[in-house]
Amino acid sequence: MVNGILGKKIGMTEAFRSNGEVVPVTLVQAGPCVVTQRKTTTKDGYEAVQLGLVEFVKPSRLTRPERQHLEKNGLPPCKLLREFRTVAAVDGEAGSKVGDQVLLDIFKARDFVDVIGVSKGRGFAGVVKRHHFAGGAASHGSMFHRAPGGIGASAFPSRVIKGMRAAGHMGAERVTVRNLQVVAVDTDDNVLALEGAIPGPNGGYVMIRKAVKPQRVKRGFAGSGTVDPLKASKKRAGKK
Amino acid sequence: MSAVRAMEKFMASQAGTKLPVFNPGDTVRVHVRIKEGDKERVQAFEGVCIARSDRGHRGSFTVRKISFGQGVERIFPVNSRVIDRVELVRSGRVRRAKLYYLRGLRGKAARIREVESTATSKKKKSATEKASV
Repeated sequence: MVNGILGKKIGMTEAFRSNGEVVPVTLVQAGPCVVTQRKTTTKDGYEAVQLGLVEFVKPSRLTRPERQHLEKNGLPPCKLLREFRTVAAVDGEAGSKVGDQVLLDIFKARDFVDVIGVSKGRGFAGVVKRHHFAGGAASHGSMFHRAPGGIGASAFPSRVIKGMRAAGHMGAERVTVRNLQVVAVDTDDNVLALEGAIPGPNGGYVMIRKAVKPQRVKRGFAGSGTVDPLKASKKRAGKK
Repeated sequence: MSAVRAMEKFMASQAGTKLPVFNPGDTVRVHVRIKEGDKERVQAFEGVCIARSDRGHRGSFTVRKISFGQGVERIFPVNSRVIDRVELVRSGRVRRAKLYYLRGLRGKAARIREVESTATSKKKKSATEKASV
């Protein structure tokens, strides 16, 4: 069973809950995908499937290795090829074969998914944008606006500490957004609606997989569902 | 499926109650679903529509009323699930799209001149035409 799918970000909109809440929603054109290769522990050292996003693409736009990799198995030209890790097939279970279709029916509403994409490129960004430095006052003669400020001491250590946050290239990197909830699945038109934002521009390609890490309980504020170890130990002591 | 069509299809699936046509200046009665425990009841919120945000399915409208001498405004998304139905109580003649100036006015000063809705005014017009003939 493949636990992920490839898709293209359509854009963001809103969904309405029965209690009157409005939730931000991202639509993704997800699939249809086809299994283009199977990686096995014996041959490749790990278990995975390579999926191809079946979307119209001129065969001449693919590289020759890509084209022949697909033609070898009689597969259609694929816009995007990505691998998803799988667990080794248990005895008796067929697992997925090359040529198998992967559709949105692997997800259902209220499931949690991770979305992996390439974030929008921000170019060479300053520290205010890149590292959320506060910056200075715009006016009142402050003369200190968006500069980083001090980056270390003087004669000792006579150098800048490694890892000092500074201006530089930002964005256009692989980003994983974990545990987004599925709002709706349209299996007729292969459209997936997810609550929240996903990386990349509209029209950007993303990988969607079943959530790997457990979801944080949403109650009041983030983390309110987790147990405070100090309070828990006090409670236990009080009971004794 | 094109992105635009996919978006439209999703928004169509999100459509709420059908609303009557009303504009800023009109007095409307919005029947709001309120959940109390397991029970659900409907409460009316009547006031002047002072603004409409026209963003298609993502649009909203603002209703202002004076409740116990205190101005109260509620913003309803047009597709909000809490709207049971909306009644058009009276149409008002106003000269701007956003009636935020009403916030500074109360009582007599905050009145809006009534205008007959297009349906009734047409009837009246034809009636007067007939009378002149």
